[in-house]
Amino acid sequence: MTRDTTASASAGTNRTAPANGPNDVIIRVHDVHKWYGNFHVLKDISLDVQRGERIVICGPSGSGKSTFIRCLNRLEAHQRGHISVDGVELNEDIRNVETVRREIGMVFQHFELFPHLTVMDNCCLAPVWVRRLPRREAEQTAMQYLERVRIPEQAGKYPGQLSGGQQQRVAIARALCMKPKVMLFDEPTSALDPEMIKEVLDVMVELAESGMTMLCVTHEMGFARTVADRVIFMDQGEVVEQAPPSEFFAHPREARTRQFLDQILHD
Amino acid sequence: MDAEPRAADLPPPITEVGVVGWLRANLFRSWTSSIVTLVLLYLLVRMLVPFLDWALVSADFVGTQSSDCSGQGACWVFIGQRIQFFIYGFYPSAEYWRVDICYALLALVLAPQFIPGVPMRVRKWLGIFGMTLFPVVSYVLIGGGWFGLQPIPSDKWGGLTLTLMLAFTGILASLPIGIVLALGRRSQMPVIRSLSVVFIEIWRGVPLISVLFMASVMLPIFLPEGVDFNKLLRALIGITLFWSAYMAEVVRGGLQAIPKGQYEAADALGLNYWKSMGLVILPQALKYVIPGVVNTFIALFKDTTLVLIIGLFDVLGTVQSTIIDPAWRNVATEGYLFAAFMFWIFCFGMSRYSQNLERRLHTGHQTR
Repeated sequence: MTRDTTASASAGTNRTAPANGPNDVIIRVHDVHKWYGNFHVLKDISLDVQRGERIVICGPSGSGKSTFIRCLNRLEAHQRGHISVDGVELNEDIRNVETVRREIGMVFQHFELFPHLTVMDNCCLAPVWVRRLPRREAEQTAMQYLERVRIPEQAGKYPGQLSGGQQQRVAIARALCMKPKVMLFDEPTSALDPEMIKEVLDVMVELAESGMTMLCVTHEMGFARTVADRVIFMDQGEVVEQAPPSEFFAHPREARTRQFLDQILHD
Repeated sequence: MDAEPRAADLPPPITEVGVVGWLRANLFRSWTSSIVTLVLLYLLVRMLVPFLDWALVSADFVGTQSSDCSGQGACWVFIGQRIQFFIYGFYPSAEYWRVDICYALLALVLAPQFIPGVPMRVRKWLGIFGMTLFPVVSYVLIGGGWFGLQPIPSDKWGGLTLTLMLAFTGILASLPIGIVLALGRRSQMPVIRSLSVVFIEIWRGVPLISVLFMASVMLPIFLPEGVDFNKLLRALIGITLFWSAYMAEVVRGGLQAIPKGQYEAADALGLNYWKSMGLVILPQALKYVIPGVVNTFIALFKDTTLVLIIGLFDVLGTVQSTIIDPAWRNVATEGYLFAAFMFWIFCFGMSRYSQNLERRLHTGHQTR
């Protein structure tokens, strides 16, 4: 059975609807295709993400869900179709790419903190060097976010001295320090020991409740149930089904979705 | 949570700790290891005792000429008498003070890096001074021609001073060039990548000796009549480019050791290529390759002696040209030992410094 770790964290909270009305689209994805060599990994993906929307993407491994989320800040390049973030088209132009990356925070499966920098320096690096913030201001912001992820006391340590859960929370704080408009999570809890998953999910739930636009690739169905506005199921490079979680889990329309849900919810 | 009462810790057996423990563990673990220990000890004593007798006990330290040496032991008088030539080469003795200032500055830059109590900030600024202003100041002081200093042409420079100049400049220039070449070799842009590969493979494929020959003999043939820049500079450029090719491959090894996720994390934060390299990738990559980089530095330092073949007198060159002096008998061993000792001091210093640096930069376990 699945680990329903977030149920308690968000029980009784009212999920707020996307803040700025129904037609405030921040990410537009239209007819996106991608190939690795001859392998067609993404097939005709189209998706509009509303500002403030929380989307969970799930699917079996190899379904292209990570590749898709990595296309949104062009860690992977798509070969057909259009992706635009907050009005900026993602294409060959490196300036566009850098503009988009400044506005999108990303959290990786393996944290990817910079091991040669302290937690504080990890958090301040991009604000200082990309946003050109004065060091003092960047540190104040960083401290604020480290408090939000509940590890302000670790600011002076190096990533190698922290547990996996702590590292992932620092990684979330590091991304937030850029004050991004969108946060991408690429299987943020998959590399964690079971007892550390909750601390990371709690932080993510809090972030969701603050109105952040989030796209999250995860197998944490409890998280999807409690937080997501929309659950997207991908298989073999296609979006098979998307629906609000209540509908998605109770009445999956497609056979492939049912099969997937059976596997992850009942084994 | 309360643990149950634990059994008290007992001290380990006496045979496992302290001097006795160490001896047992390292020298007398078994019958065979005891025999090997004793045999080696015997050989060590047999060799060390005569050497110490020759080098210290029967050696002559005071005097002014060959006849002051008894011939029973080492004739250190020879080194004492010719030390100025070994250090300054043919530099005019009235101008030695200019070289001395450079040595003093060098000591000022280097010594604090080895003294634990010196604050990081001081070390850093001394290091920056050493890498930027110091070479310029030294060049002006030693070369002269500025500020009323008598110009001294570079064919008068020699000895340890020349060795250090070649090594210092070579080390200082080859690392940044090597880093740029390594980045170039991993570049996405085909032109830059091919240029870097060709450069590295050509320079790495020829012996340094032939590079130096080319620089001193062939280059003047190709240059138009009247255009001639000095031999030392040509050797210096040859040494620098030669070793930067090696350095590039060492640094590339470090770049390849950095997980792809680190590049992606830097990209995802919006850092551009140079910031991502300078702030995230290179600091980690260079830390990994400190042993390899210092290894190359040491090799470079020792290979500066090859300038001998193009008629420059480094410390070994000055020693070699002195031991054939008929005024001194049988001083070759002393001379070579002295030259070897000079090299050893600097190379050992570099080695110690690199170990120190590795320890200081160690920031706990890797994230994965």
